[in-house]
Amino acid sequence: MPELRVNGEAFSVDAEVGTSLAEVLREQLGLTGTKVACNEGHCGACTVQLDGVPILSCLTLVHTVEGREVTTIEGLRDHPLVDAFVRADALQCGFCTPGQIVSGAALVAANPSPSRDEIRHGMAGNICRCGTYPKIEEAISSWRG
Amino acid sequence: MARLIRTEKEVEGRYTEQWIVVEEDTLDQWPDGPLEEVGRPAARIDGLQRARGEARYTADVQLPGMLHAAVLRSPHAHARVTRIDVEPARQAEGVRGVVGPLTDEIGYQGQAVAGVAAETLAQAQAAIELIDVEWEVLEPLLDPDEAIRQGALVGERTEERGDVERGFAEADVVVEGVYRTQTVLHNSMETHQAVCEWEARDRLTVYISTQFVWGVREDVAEHYGLPPDHVRVVCRFMGGGFGSKNGPGDYTYIAADLARETGRPVRCALTRREENLDSGNRNATVQRLKAGARSDGTLTALEGEFVNATGWDGWLSSTGGPMEMLYACENMKLVERGAKLNTAPMKAFRAPGFVEGTFGLECLMDELAGKLELDPLELRRRNHSDADATDGRPFSSKNLLECYRRAEPHWARADEVRARSEGSWRHGIGLASQIWYGGGGPPSYAWVRVGADGRAVVITAMQDIGTGTATAMAQIAAEELTLPLDRVDVSLGDTARGPYASISAGSSTVPSMGPAVRAAAADAARQILEIAAQRFELEERTLSLHKGRIVSANGGSWPLEHVTELLESGQILGKGSRGPNPTGMRVLTFGVQVAEVAVDVETGEVRVDRIAAIHDVGRVINPLGASSQVEGGIIQGLGHTLSEERLLDPRSGTVLTQTLDSYRMPTIADVPEIVTELLDIPDAHLTNLGSKGLGEPPIIPTSAAIANAIRDATGADVRSLPITREEMLRALREAQERRKEPVGAPAA
Repeated sequence: MPELRVNGEAFSVDAEVGTSLAEVLREQLGLTGTKVACNEGHCGACTVQLDGVPILSCLTLVHTVEGREVTTIEGLRDHPLVDAFVRADALQCGFCTPGQIVSGAALVAANPSPSRDEIRHGMAGNICRCGTYPKIEEAISSWRG
Repeated sequence: MARLIRTEKEVEGRYTEQWIVVEEDTLDQWPDGPLEEVGRPAARIDGLQRARGEARYTADVQLPGMLHAAVLRSPHAHARVTRIDVEPARQAEGVRGVVGPLTDEIGYQGQAVAGVAAETLAQAQAAIELIDVEWEVLEPLLDPDEAIRQGALVGERTEERGDVERGFAEADVVVEGVYRTQTVLHNSMETHQAVCEWEARDRLTVYISTQFVWGVREDVAEHYGLPPDHVRVVCRFMGGGFGSKNGPGDYTYIAADLARETGRPVRCALTRREENLDSGNRNATVQRLKAGARSDGTLTALEGEFVNATGWDGWLSSTGGPMEMLYACENMKLVERGAKLNTAPMKAFRAPGFVEGTFGLECLMDELAGKLELDPLELRRRNHSDADATDGRPFSSKNLLECYRRAEPHWARADEVRARSEGSWRHGIGLASQIWYGGGGPPSYAWVRVGADGRAVVITAMQDIGTGTATAMAQIAAEELTLPLDRVDVSLGDTARGPYASISAGSSTVPSMGPAVRAAAADAARQILEIAAQRFELEERTLSLHKGRIVSANGGSWPLEHVTELLESGQILGKGSRGPNPTGMRVLTFGVQVAEVAVDVETGEVRVDRIAAIHDVGRVINPLGASSQVEGGIIQGLGHTLSEERLLDPRSGTVLTQTLDSYRMPTIADVPEIVTELLDIPDAHLTNLGSKGLGEPPIIPTSAAIANAIRDATGADVRSLPITREEMLRALREAQERRKEPVGAPAA
């Protein structure tokens, strides 16, 4: 039974070996802000942070993250990027948005004033089919308000 | 008074004639320009819920005791099921129910054959593998031209006006070309899915990711022989559809059948790979086009033969529509045929037919401009249609010439753009026009409820599929009630909690729903003033609402709550409906886009640097959300133009691009500068708002504008989408060979 630390809280979860972190977050912990859109590591919708680094939770086995700090969108709800995304209209259907914000939060934590190219590089792993990209770029550029 | 009318109803360019009961639309339109709330940029009212991960999509619905379904799908494109035994699946661990076989005739890879419900998705997927099937594999029919030769048709349409032979005889210049567009996949981020729960033997609740809760209700009720009011359909938040989610699918019925069999709620969600097999597509097309014009550019004849690779099922989208409608041309002849193939059925995809057809037509127009040595923008002006090209009906409004005028500063960048060419990189500029529907129509209804606290709720069972329509409705109600936007909520996405509302397809939600919401808010406002007149012993006609206050012509002014608080737990309920479209008029949207590109003539790499989009869609409710729609449409169009293609194995007909690494959609790194200009001129004949839809127009001219910019940059005619490096290099070689030919030689 892996012991997880998610958004600063400790959880003991019952999961078979081979279970993904995304599945445990969504189905056992009720943290459905993390979305699964491809379930094979191609789209970025399931992005969470592991010790501050963005990872794909659909490809991450839950047993491999024991003892490390997992941060999901629920742990970033008060991050200024959330307001920045809404202000810039950087979301349409919103299904990829939590993953975008989790990636963006890691980006601005490492580099508080990213250039346009740095944003494009850092966010290229998060697909948005609605095409909110110009507004995402704007939201991250102006994240501090 | 309710009026019964017989009217044409249009969705995605498909017309049906039907009876509709409409209320008269008695409100005058608001004055032009930004008002207090309408016409001003507004952040989405549900943006925080979505951004914070609080919004519950169908994918997030977890019901007590819910089972998970997996679907056995055909691995073959064309086959017969000669024997099937589902019993081993029924005996597998965790399995609670099995449905199937659903069919024995397989028409495409991915077609559903059986379904299994189990305690976990992994158990259901494991059980599917145990189903014992014998397939008789048959030769798949994959070539649309071959299907037409064999008479395997899904639909056929011919349209003719004038005399094309005479038209070509009168032409000084004739151009011809064969254009091809590829099959593209919607790939909404939330896959097609439903959770079904029987709440009684004859009462079913369906949670579903859909663009039309009422359409799902109607189809599901009919399927199970239930009164429609015994089927409740819920879609509160929705992760994208783009036309692929206009109704229920096999997954809906598999979930409902398994839920009935097991007595437990069942989720059936497509995996991403299933999504790329069996959730619809924009069908590929072959377009054989011919245009004739006088030396001054006036079109004398247009002729097109269009083949849609429709697939195993679907409908004939109007690839010839732009040729038929965009320009004034007296002589026009088209034939459209849908090929029945062993490929997955097409579904509507953001301006179905018109995206494909505009690529062909608008590329041909630029080839014509080249031959005539005429400016492409001027050529389009000279063929502007002042009335509907098909039947001469007047337009309810058309400001395409104004769009062209507004395009001039972007078009005038041509010299500056071309001058950027350096080394193997050539820069160029191109444009394309668009025409589309987007007028919406009745029936659609809304209620507006005002409580004692002076807050309002718009209640209507429409859906917001990500386009921001909920916010637009709140702005409209806020404007009419003179309330700030943060005092208006919107309740939507549940057939049990509001009146009938329009499908969210065909750029119709705002033009269909907006007028109904305004009428409902006006009804509530009228009731508030009636009550205020009695409360303050004033004549009602001296009272009005202003900035959330009741204002008397005699000078008095009271906060709205001074009246509404009298209600205590009571409420004011306004109701409104969508009035008719203007009779005898065509309601359409228009626009033009200008693209700037760079082409590496050594490698065939194409980069789009800038796209300016100028559209005439009537009054704009939310300029911020509207610019997002334009950007989203252009970015999808960019994918259609440069990178996206469903590839089939040419022998077996199986799909090679089932994953998002092989099916290449644009990322943030691919996005050009996008400039959005909306004319924002209300359509004086259309409803109490004068607003048309905007979801589809921006995707329509994108690929043609890019292809025309490539021609400007390199002299090469790209005629096939996507413009891969191979296609680009082929077109460059062809252009080079053409240049080598001696002057006066016949054109290839």
